[in-house]
Amino acid sequence: MSAAFRLSKQAASASSRVIPQTRNALRTVSSAFTQQARHSSSQPLYPGHVPLNWFEHAFMLAGSSYMALTAPARHDMVAAVGDLTSGPVLPALRDQMLASPEGRRILKERPRINTQTVDMQKLASLPEGTLGRTYVTWLERCHVTPDTREPVHYVDDPELAYVMQRYRESHDFYHCVVNLPVDVTSELAVKFFEFANLGLPMAGFAAAFGHLRISSAKRQRLFKEYVPWAIKCGGSAKSLITVYWEQRWEQDIGELKRELGLWDAPEAKWPKPRSES
Amino acid sequence: MQTATRKLTRSAFPCRRVRLDHTDANAPRPSPDTPGSSQSRTTHFGFQTVPEDLKESLVKNVFSSVATSYDVMNDAMSMGVHRLWKDEYVGSLKPGAKGPLRCIDLAGGTGDIALRILDHARENYADRETSVDVVDINPEMLKEGYKRFKKTMYHNTPQVAFIESNAQALSKEQFSDNTYDLYTIAFGIRNCTSIPDVLKEAYRVLKPGGTFACLEFSKVDNPLFGMLYDQYSFSVIPMLGSILAGDRESYQYLVESIRKFPSQPEFATMIADAGFAIGGMHEGKGGAWTNLWNGIACVHKGVKL
Repeated sequence: MSAAFRLSKQAASASSRVIPQTRNALRTVSSAFTQQARHSSSQPLYPGHVPLNWFEHAFMLAGSSYMALTAPARHDMVAAVGDLTSGPVLPALRDQMLASPEGRRILKERPRINTQTVDMQKLASLPEGTLGRTYVTWLERCHVTPDTREPVHYVDDPELAYVMQRYRESHDFYHCVVNLPVDVTSELAVKFFEFANLGLPMAGFAAAFGHLRISSAKRQRLFKEYVPWAIKCGGSAKSLITVYWEQRWEQDIGELKRELGLWDAPEAKWPKPRSES
Repeated sequence: MQTATRKLTRSAFPCRRVRLDHTDANAPRPSPDTPGSSQSRTTHFGFQTVPEDLKESLVKNVFSSVATSYDVMNDAMSMGVHRLWKDEYVGSLKPGAKGPLRCIDLAGGTGDIALRILDHARENYADRETSVDVVDINPEMLKEGYKRFKKTMYHNTPQVAFIESNAQALSKEQFSDNTYDLYTIAFGIRNCTSIPDVLKEAYRVLKPGGTFACLEFSKVDNPLFGMLYDQYSFSVIPMLGSILAGDRESYQYLVESIRKFPSQPEFATMIADAGFAIGGMHEGKGGAWTNLWNGIACVHKGVKL
């Protein structure tokens, strides 16, 4: 699809001969959309899209891998590696979504998960044991918010970019449903789980190399308890990218786990509550 | 011969500018026109078109966000070559050769030029009376410069001062007429909204006999080299910005603003129009400008008579 766009632009000056649908799509884009000088005459296809040629792709991959390894606090670089290595797997994930009715609904409606789109107050008022209530409690216990996810930049197809974005935004649900906090060992456990369930290369790299950064005691625990659980559970569960979380807020969490084929991870250490108010 | 080469570039490669200019004129950013607003004067911000009064704050934001990684990024983007350019720039001015100078360095933020001027005067002429007023519109950049100077022998001496001001409108109380012997501005003038205003202020604060010297990115005249340079600029530099500084957009602005800057003869004419005496309209010895690295950077000089 993007190749067709590029060919259509190579004939003459940048956007005067762009096919009408594309020009309209570009026009209706929100004001957060950055204009760029596109040297290789390829135009961005969605807000935040940064089209790359093969050289730029390789350069960004090398640079962002290096930064992600040496400075893991650079979430934008970790996200960039995720985008750049997701190529072969995203079409497979999209096809999994297309194969299930729930997944098809997600692709059609393209819901986003952040504090603007999700009514946190309503979820907090749901009965104990529902997905919504469990999610809000989990966010509070771990002191995180769904607003800090880097948008997708380096995936060329808009639909596949959405699938990647959906994966990133659903990551917290994977933690929440198997009852894991956000410390390094638990994150690695979730990466193993994601790799087993979804097959994303980035999850694989994080799983393969991430444990080098933790102490050997923690690493032992990771490989002894968490990894077997992650591979068994992730491998046998339903593909979690097809789950329409926003339509299941009221569902009982036990029933949800049975339906998806999940069970809790081994017990982990949770952060202390921030204040006793 | 220079003119012939430049003509060849312009007519032989007309699509180069077209390909590089974005042409989606329907979505100007960042401020949408409000109905009834009287913002009829626009200017360029990189390849975007913005209201004139907005450009200053946009530039300020760019430099606030790049301030702490500015020097690292300069080294990474130019692979250290910017140091050679600045060395040659200050070397050609020979500050201190004819006695101590009062210098003013505009857009001087992190203090690269000021430090070179003071070191040159000290090392070559044992001159400890030359002083530099480092002026910048952006306080964060000045803070970086102040921090860097703290590591040198010039900290807390009358040889250096840091002043926050707009190059287009230097206050008459702080910067009186006919005060300075040397006015420098390195890689800063292309970020100013109105270049003629900057030149006018430069003319005002310089003494008769004082020198105006500007180091800036300029047009590369060799077409083949130009293509490589463009490829590098638009491909590698924004990527380095996103990898090293987590900020692709500021570095995209940087490479676009370089393309928007007037060519060597145009800028030389603007300098002459401000009242300065310049060399001949050609490059090199006796000329109004000197190219560095085939025109990637260029030194323009003028004298107030």
